[in-house]
Amino acid sequence: MKVSEGWLRCWANPAVDSEALEKQFSMAGLEVDGVEAAAPAFSGVVVGEVTAVAPHPDADKLKVCTVADGEGTQQVVCGAPNVTAGMKAPYARVGAVLPEGFKIKKAKLRGVESFGMLCGPDELGLSEERYGLMVLPESLETGADLRDALALNDTIFDIDLTPNRGDCLSVRGLARELAVLNRVDFRAEPCPAVAPTVDDTFPVTVTAPEACPRYLGRVIKGVDVTRPTPDWMVERLRRSGLRSIDPVVDITNYVMLELGQPMHAFDLHRLSGGITVRLAQDGDRLTLLDGSEVSPAADTLLICDDAGPVALAGIMGGERSGIHAEGEALTQDIFLECAYFSPLAIAGRARRFGLFTDASQRYERGVDFALQQAATERATALLLEICGGAAGPLSGFEAPEALPKREPITLRAARIDALLGTAIPGETVEDVLTRLACEVLGEGEGTERTWTVTPPSFRFDLEREADLIEEVARIFGYDNLEVALPPAALTLPREDDGVVPAKAFTQALLGLGGQEIITYSFIEGTWAEAFCPQASLLPLANPLSPELAVLRPSLLPGLVKTWQHNRNRQAPGAQLFELGTCFEAGANGSVQETQRLAGLLTGPRAPEQWGVASATLDFFDAKGWVEALLALSFDSAAFTFEPATDPALHPSRSAVVKRGEVIVGVVGALHPELAQRLDVPGQVYVLELSLTALAPRRVPQHGGLSRFPAVRRDLALDVPKAVAAGAVVAKADAAAGPLATAVRLFDVYEGKGVEPGRKSLALAITFQASDRTLGDEEVDSAVTAVREALAAAFDARQR
Amino acid sequence: MNELAALREEALGKVAEALDLPTLEQLRVAYLGKKGALTGVLKTLGKLPPEERPAAGAAVNAAKEAVQAALEARQHALQGAALEAKLAAEAVDITLPGRQGSRGGRHPHAVTMERIVEIFRQAGYAVAAGPEVESDYYNFEALNIPAHHPARAMHDTFYLEGREEGAAGDPRWPRLLRTHTSPVQARIMEATAPPIRIICPGKVYRVDSDVTHTPMFHQVEGLVVGEGISMAHLKGTVIEFLRVFFNADDLAVRFRPSYFPFTEPSAEVDVECVHCRGAGCRVCSHTGWLEVMGCGVVHPNVLEMSGIDSERFSGFAFGFGPDRLSMLYYGVDDLRLFYENDLRFLAQFA
Repeated sequence: MKVSEGWLRCWANPAVDSEALEKQFSMAGLEVDGVEAAAPAFSGVVVGEVTAVAPHPDADKLKVCTVADGEGTQQVVCGAPNVTAGMKAPYARVGAVLPEGFKIKKAKLRGVESFGMLCGPDELGLSEERYGLMVLPESLETGADLRDALALNDTIFDIDLTPNRGDCLSVRGLARELAVLNRVDFRAEPCPAVAPTVDDTFPVTVTAPEACPRYLGRVIKGVDVTRPTPDWMVERLRRSGLRSIDPVVDITNYVMLELGQPMHAFDLHRLSGGITVRLAQDGDRLTLLDGSEVSPAADTLLICDDAGPVALAGIMGGERSGIHAEGEALTQDIFLECAYFSPLAIAGRARRFGLFTDASQRYERGVDFALQQAATERATALLLEICGGAAGPLSGFEAPEALPKREPITLRAARIDALLGTAIPGETVEDVLTRLACEVLGEGEGTERTWTVTPPSFRFDLEREADLIEEVARIFGYDNLEVALPPAALTLPREDDGVVPAKAFTQALLGLGGQEIITYSFIEGTWAEAFCPQASLLPLANPLSPELAVLRPSLLPGLVKTWQHNRNRQAPGAQLFELGTCFEAGANGSVQETQRLAGLLTGPRAPEQWGVASATLDFFDAKGWVEALLALSFDSAAFTFEPATDPALHPSRSAVVKRGEVIVGVVGALHPELAQRLDVPGQVYVLELSLTALAPRRVPQHGGLSRFPAVRRDLALDVPKAVAAGAVVAKADAAAGPLATAVRLFDVYEGKGVEPGRKSLALAITFQASDRTLGDEEVDSAVTAVREALAAAFDARQR
Repeated sequence: MNELAALREEALGKVAEALDLPTLEQLRVAYLGKKGALTGVLKTLGKLPPEERPAAGAAVNAAKEAVQAALEARQHALQGAALEAKLAAEAVDITLPGRQGSRGGRHPHAVTMERIVEIFRQAGYAVAAGPEVESDYYNFEALNIPAHHPARAMHDTFYLEGREEGAAGDPRWPRLLRTHTSPVQARIMEATAPPIRIICPGKVYRVDSDVTHTPMFHQVEGLVVGEGISMAHLKGTVIEFLRVFFNADDLAVRFRPSYFPFTEPSAEVDVECVHCRGAGCRVCSHTGWLEVMGCGVVHPNVLEMSGIDSERFSGFAFGFGPDRLSMLYYGVDDLRLFYENDLRFLAQFA
């Protein structure tokens, strides 16, 4: 809410400067988002009086004016279309400095000398619009400094109000805060009743009293809507960020800004029958003042006449019944609406239509339900003063039982001290709450003291003791509250040693040269389907863009997308990993969230450098990452790699990782077709593992160290190419007997010297006993057993 | 005996001129070997009269010793030179770069998150987590934000498709992406009896994207519930954390009243701008302050909805965005860069 300091000071005038006021507001929870001057800096501009206007000898559009400036008269050449003799307008003397440092000098315009300049509001930075000279009221003294004459040395505060403080969406409300903070008087202007001079009323029926407990109306006849809105009002509206529209709308806006009560004026003759306030029905349609057409849902409150809806209650009026201040069929008689709509009846409705109006903002947060009569009187008085006319009596509908109640709240001194951790004197509590317009009744002494507090009608946020304690703290000042550290038992954190902490996985991949990334949890639908055609996807109802539309069922799309992004920026390769949540739809609307760890490897294994032959990352680098992660469980033997059938992966270069029978994840090359489709050519290797399946950990147990020497025997064999090396090692391990402590595959070779269709494997078997030095015979017979077993199982031939 | 002196001089001269170890060996054999020249002189001593023999023997031995010493000295010198030559031949260019494997690094947000969590863990806070797809109930209702509450406008919420499904009153619907980590508060309070001291780091989501907003970002939520917990404790904890995080024990911190439906009183926390130390700069929009956190005393409604006796227990909660702290800490001016994962960007922090 934008508000002028000058206007506020008419209601409460503390002896502090603008800067202090700004800080006071912010530190009281009314955050000042911006501060601006009511007018940009300019000097040397006075109220000028145009005493004569003569044509320019050489230019049709220019006039030669005589301007009185209080000290004498000056000749000024002026091009404004609206310059007339007798008018008063801002006059910038020679030597004046206009906004943005524009200096006024003596000049010749088409051969005629001009001493100074008559100004429009745009030239003084008071308006964006250009429409000629700014017409000043005749009452201003000729020669007076314009800044003083128009009170332009004013500050505008832009205050960002939290939703609980609807009461501060008015000058009245903000001024009350200033009065309380500075302990000065709050000067509420009374709104005396206007005595009716005609008997006309307009019938009002309310069929939704819960939503609209009060609807007041008044007929005002014979108003002149062509009269200008007075400058002081236009200026106050301007400083509050509102444009002047016509005098009737300006007045209702003005009262809303001043008191916080939204109002609406209908053209009486554009209404038929009577007003009915009701909930929307099927088929209701309405064209709003902004020209948009709406079909409101059944929980929308409407103002209707006999011909249908005329306004969205508390949001915006309709086009059909609006005030006509220009053109044909000018409005003559008006019906002024001033209602209390319940916040629940208005909340959220404006947003559905994409609207956010001054009225809806106030009604949603709660308008003072005791204010309607005073506001109507205030608006009536202003209307009669500005537009003339004759007012009818105040009439309308009221359901007192449906109006909000303000129940008394018990406030305990001891509770204040306990919750704030600070002893607040009882007098302070009483003073603060009384100034905030609560009724306060005290009882008891010291920490036993309690108060019965009844909040005022305009405070919708004071319902419980805690709300009152906050008010006391707020005015007392948060910075004045004590500072302490909470007492707590020195319990020590529990850590489950049966689970690998996520951080350990991260550290392992960092050690292998992985770069951690964090990508969005939502991805493009086509990517999600390409990677996980079987997944039950979870699309967003309101995505930001199609690229961010579906919750990711896998981390792989994000990794590939990141590689694509970097590849397009000339990265030679990447070794990436991400740890995060993946989402899939479960049964009955449930959502399965799984924590996963995934990686992507592509390009050179190491940065290009001297002394290291360049090598390209392959399947076994990715598998190496997986094995490094599995090792953290101290349970590597439980994990197996089997050929995978993942549609996103290369069918003969991918594996599914299992722990026992549980699938932990996959590792492999991205399917070349998919890689091509996603524009990431070359071999891209990925892995994705479930943290839940990966994390269970054994605590390693010491196995004893032998004091006796180990014996190594190497076996060179060849086997058919299709035989899996893993199976050969496993068989050898089993056949080597208990004395074998390790079976290691140290070479795989195909090609020259090996029969086509076969491959050569080299195994190193280590034998060691814990109680003796092994003899050759024992070792030889174990090796023979291995050879025979491999020959039988795999057609392995010794080389 | 002149013959002996000449022989000695000749040997010493040749030793001094020898250029390698084999030559030196030949000289040793030629002069001192069994058939060597000096050994030969010794054999002729027997022909001398007995009274001359001792003196002549001593002279020959002295010559032999001198040659032996010269040979050893020369050998030592030649060996040193050979080693030196060998070492010189083994020289490497120490200015060549060391051998490098691939080098990765942590994401800067992850570093910041971990740092924050560690600070609180050291003070005895447990780490809690909750789902990222939340129900309307936990994200809003349980936090005292009923439907149509104006505070909902502060949360531009992503909903899952099928928003209208689900039986009325089914607390799982409508499903949404949590807009803050505060639902974890509600879940923990429902499931745990006080005292509670937790920190919940995680990802949250809002419909927003510009230089200071990303549709996904991180939040860290803290909650302390117990007997006698007050706003003074909240202030103390928040000030302590910010001073530790920013490594400045004299960092000015201020609390401004604010509004969160789930806390009462509520506060926004500003720290003295860490760039200009409060003098005013571009980072703090010339205010000298940076808004870093929201916090408050847990609303009694929230305690009661979670089944905690609000008369006996009280608590405080705070929540903040580590992404913004990363931004300040690393001098990044566009928050979206963190989620683009450009390797050139990430490499700066690795």
